[in-house]
Amino acid sequence: MAEGARIDHSVILGFIPSGAKILDLGCGDGSLLEKLVRQRGVTGRGIEISEEGVRSCIAKGLTVMQGDIDKGLRDYPDNSFDYVVLNQTLQAVKKPDVVLSEILRVGKKGIVGFPNFAYWKMRFYLFVYGRMPKTEFLPYEWYDTPNIHFCSILDFREYCAKHEVRIEESVYLSADRGGRVLRGVRPNLFAENAVYLLSDGRRAR
Amino acid sequence: MPHGNEPGSIGLVKKQFYTFCEPPREMELSSGAKLGPFTLAYETYGKLNRDKSNAILILHALSGDCHAAGRYSESDKHPGWWDNTIGPGKAFDTEKYFVICSNVIGGCQGSTGPASINPATGKEYGLSFPMITVHDMVRAQVHLIDHLGIDRLLAVTGGSMGGMQALRWAVSYPDRVIASIPIATTSKLSPQGIAFNEVGRVAIMADCNFLGGEYYGKAAPREGLALARMIGHITYLSDDSMHEKFGRRLRGKKSFGFNFNVDFEVESYLRYKGDTFVHRFDANSYLYITKAIDYFDLSLPSGSLVKAVEGTNAKFLIISFKSDWLYPPYQAREIVKAMMINGIDVTYCEIDSRYGHDAFLLDEGEMSKIITNFLANVAESNGIREAASR
Repeated sequence: MAEGARIDHSVILGFIPSGAKILDLGCGDGSLLEKLVRQRGVTGRGIEISEEGVRSCIAKGLTVMQGDIDKGLRDYPDNSFDYVVLNQTLQAVKKPDVVLSEILRVGKKGIVGFPNFAYWKMRFYLFVYGRMPKTEFLPYEWYDTPNIHFCSILDFREYCAKHEVRIEESVYLSADRGGRVLRGVRPNLFAENAVYLLSDGRRAR
Repeated sequence: MPHGNEPGSIGLVKKQFYTFCEPPREMELSSGAKLGPFTLAYETYGKLNRDKSNAILILHALSGDCHAAGRYSESDKHPGWWDNTIGPGKAFDTEKYFVICSNVIGGCQGSTGPASINPATGKEYGLSFPMITVHDMVRAQVHLIDHLGIDRLLAVTGGSMGGMQALRWAVSYPDRVIASIPIATTSKLSPQGIAFNEVGRVAIMADCNFLGGEYYGKAAPREGLALARMIGHITYLSDDSMHEKFGRRLRGKKSFGFNFNVDFEVESYLRYKGDTFVHRFDANSYLYITKAIDYFDLSLPSGSLVKAVEGTNAKFLIISFKSDWLYPPYQAREIVKAMMINGIDVTYCEIDSRYGHDAFLLDEGEMSKIITNFLANVAESNGIREAASR
């Protein structure tokens, strides 16, 4: 798949104005951060837990810190970044609630993208086979998956409502990574991925 | 093939000297004492480009010196201490960069130190040599860099005490450093580290040949210095690397000797390291340099590391090694944190090596590749011309 085919990346690029100050949590090999730096001219920082990911980021000329985002954000002052991005990582952190609240403290805005566990293929897999769903995007076995906190779009929206997280924009993505933006109804059933632009509802008050 | 001609080697190199701070323009040290004139021994590899913008300063650790790469002669058995990272096509690529390494002030490989002659007395300084700090080492290097006509260094780098200097350079001379690569280092040595240094110093000073440091021309306090080095070497290794390197293997025998001679490989290794060290190192220098390491505290004078790194504008690559218990990764992370809070451009990598503190010398894991990529990016984004294209 071509690099540009990451529709979630395009959505995130669309949220971020050029020149912004960005922190990308769980930036992996830096492919999103690289696009943000090159195409949006952002001042970008990444945090990545794996040495391999850090090395790829350095090879791309990115500024990255090896660290654990479950431990790492408390030292950052409030509003240190314009946007804090957490793409495809929410499900892998130990304490999603803590990470989400830290994102909206450290960043003026947060961007969170995650796989929707209520996607119809997931439901089908569990319903028909009676086994933990596996997809091309989430190929792990139950015992070796880094993904420990799945949620559905409804779950996430409920969390936001309960914790006064304001959803400024939501984009739902179909099928696979190369998919498209869904305009139709019932994203909780039909979207494989969701990307949200968030802000702290309490701060806006 | 004679040594010095192997591929990737810088080949034959020569030690050079620069003497400066002639009275009455002595250098004022951190302690308030004044020192001058003094000499720095240094080596350079590669070529300085026309706008003098491709210089990298390598900073050595406790027992290192200015001989970082290459060999002095074709029969020279050992290359410089960081030969695996410095040379054509290596991390500090001498085809692209002009690489400088100097022996620290207080050292014993050509720079002025306690074994040098005090011009005021005509005798060796001994313990009358003023106490020095990491900052003093850097102050002296600034003179050398001025002498070489270099306004801004492309990078400063080193491991352990060399990393302390790399930090000091970037923090105290922000206009003169584009990038800093501190490796296996800390903003201040742990009490555990000070403890090991102190045991080494006491071993030297307890040697009956020490004579208050005035042993020059007589038998040197070799037993004490060797013991200090043995202790040091334990702290540079890790439990894992000792298992791998020595295990409980016996040295040249099949069963225990039932005496106090060497039985185990690890004993033999430490004794060998101790014995060879005394031939190349001065005991007084060991005292002075370990004390400088103990005194180093980047957070001073305020006590806040976050405050101390304020205004630093170098781009940093900080590297630590997971199994390094002398300069553990948590200490590197503290520096990274303080820099992040200040919005400094800091990249941090924790290399998964089993070789303890020594890993930085062994070029463990992907260290070279990480440095190569980082430097290439720094050079590119600063429009640095390579030596070849001048």
